[in-house]
Amino acid sequence: MNSFTFARATEPAAAVRELAAHDGAQLVAGGTNLLDLMKENVARPPRLVDINRLPLAQIEERPDGGLRLGALATNADTAYHPAVQARYPLLARTILAGASPQLRNMATNGGNLLQRTRCYYFYDVGTPCNKREPGSGCPAIAGLNRMHAILGTSEQCIATYPGDMAVALAALEAVVQVQGPDGERSIPLGEFHRLPGDTPQFDNNLRPDELITAIDLPRRGFAKHHSYVKVRDRSSYAFALVSVAAGLEMEGGKITTARLALGGVAHKPWRDPEAEALLVGQAAGADAFRAAADHLLRDARGYRFNAFKIELARRAVVRALREASTA
Amino acid sequence: MHASSSLAPPETITLTINGQARQMAVQPWVTLLDALREHLDLTGTKKGCDHGQCGACTVLVDGKRINSCLTLAVMRDGAEITTIEGLAGEDGALHPVQAAFVEHDAFQCGYCTPGQICSIVGMMNEGHARTDEDIRELMSGNLCRCGAYPNIMDAIRQTLRERGEKPASEKNATPIPAYHLAE
Repeated sequence: MNSFTFARATEPAAAVRELAAHDGAQLVAGGTNLLDLMKENVARPPRLVDINRLPLAQIEERPDGGLRLGALATNADTAYHPAVQARYPLLARTILAGASPQLRNMATNGGNLLQRTRCYYFYDVGTPCNKREPGSGCPAIAGLNRMHAILGTSEQCIATYPGDMAVALAALEAVVQVQGPDGERSIPLGEFHRLPGDTPQFDNNLRPDELITAIDLPRRGFAKHHSYVKVRDRSSYAFALVSVAAGLEMEGGKITTARLALGGVAHKPWRDPEAEALLVGQAAGADAFRAAADHLLRDARGYRFNAFKIELARRAVVRALREASTA
Repeated sequence: MHASSSLAPPETITLTINGQARQMAVQPWVTLLDALREHLDLTGTKKGCDHGQCGACTVLVDGKRINSCLTLAVMRDGAEITTIEGLAGEDGALHPVQAAFVEHDAFQCGYCTPGQICSIVGMMNEGHARTDEDIRELMSGNLCRCGAYPNIMDAIRQTLRERGEKPASEKNATPIPAYHLAE
């Protein structure tokens, strides 16, 4: 780990000022990913700003009937919160499918969105990586790429966003609240993470001097019809090869609203409103599910070791929709 | 970890460890794990992978189990920390989880054991473990390379029974899926 200076912020504006005043400074909350990256010399911030004392750990009701998840609420406190369990069980189930209990006790909701890819080459400072060192190359494209992306890739990067929570948040159409030097703004979850394109060093659209303050859940929580299917190499405590968050609203056996988000397949949680629209008005059943799955994966491209993910994702979509519709 | 450096001044922090307030000056990059082991000579907490993957470094911070290798000591200024050294009673009586480990021979080499036991105490505080399946899932952050898992499970079941919680048993466990069985 590199040496660095350390500061504590006790109000959001002070954290933002720290970021603006110190080039390369990083915020630390749970630290579960950042400290790991620092031990590997992948991250070398000259200054860490501890934000654990900011008053952002609450989970509270919103006037529109939704729920506000504080950026500093831990993953564990969020997943086991009675309102999340009752109204957003898709989110609770998804959070509990990720990491280990110890990590969920540390990891915060804001930090979870900012976790970085687990691409082997990104983590290995002995190899080139366009995400870690722009312009140095991508060994994953012709190398070991079993865990890598099949959708939205570029010639520069085929890394995946590794997390679970954001996949459910994408299906729930959550909104990320951020604070910067010029005030506050809202970023829909679907626009928070980005595709790698020619600038894979940027995982998301958060600016370097912005702080995540909260994640807002809209009223609609798909509490009755939802599913999170996570396919991984171990039955617990492993990143997804493919995951699917599905939320449905149904009337008389027909689907009236559908939300689908895929994890482990792209540089961001993958949604496709066209595939969701294909389900609306359909009777829940294998034909409709497979049609939506085929549409979601229509532009998928496999590499040497991850082509299996394309059919795996299709089948995971079908299974998630079946589980959600029969719940 | 980083060698001593003059680049950043040490921070003076206070940690209450196993009921005792301890003040110390640490560089900001010192993890809680290294502070415990190297600054306070509390070597019961083990360094396994040092990346949050094995659980050997599990301690309780304000009653919650965490990986002490993935948090900085300076981030925990003012916290109450319980390590394996703090679980036994003042008279030396073993904590029920420790006693259950002895009774069920829930270890071989013993290196993961302090983390396993602290994690189990944390899991009991959380109160979500009911079935064997729950226990396996909620203990997935603690690896045992010797493979003492069956006996660790026995120790956990006994402790849950003794606490009067719904006893976990093989009856309410999910059967092993066919694809997990040897051909």
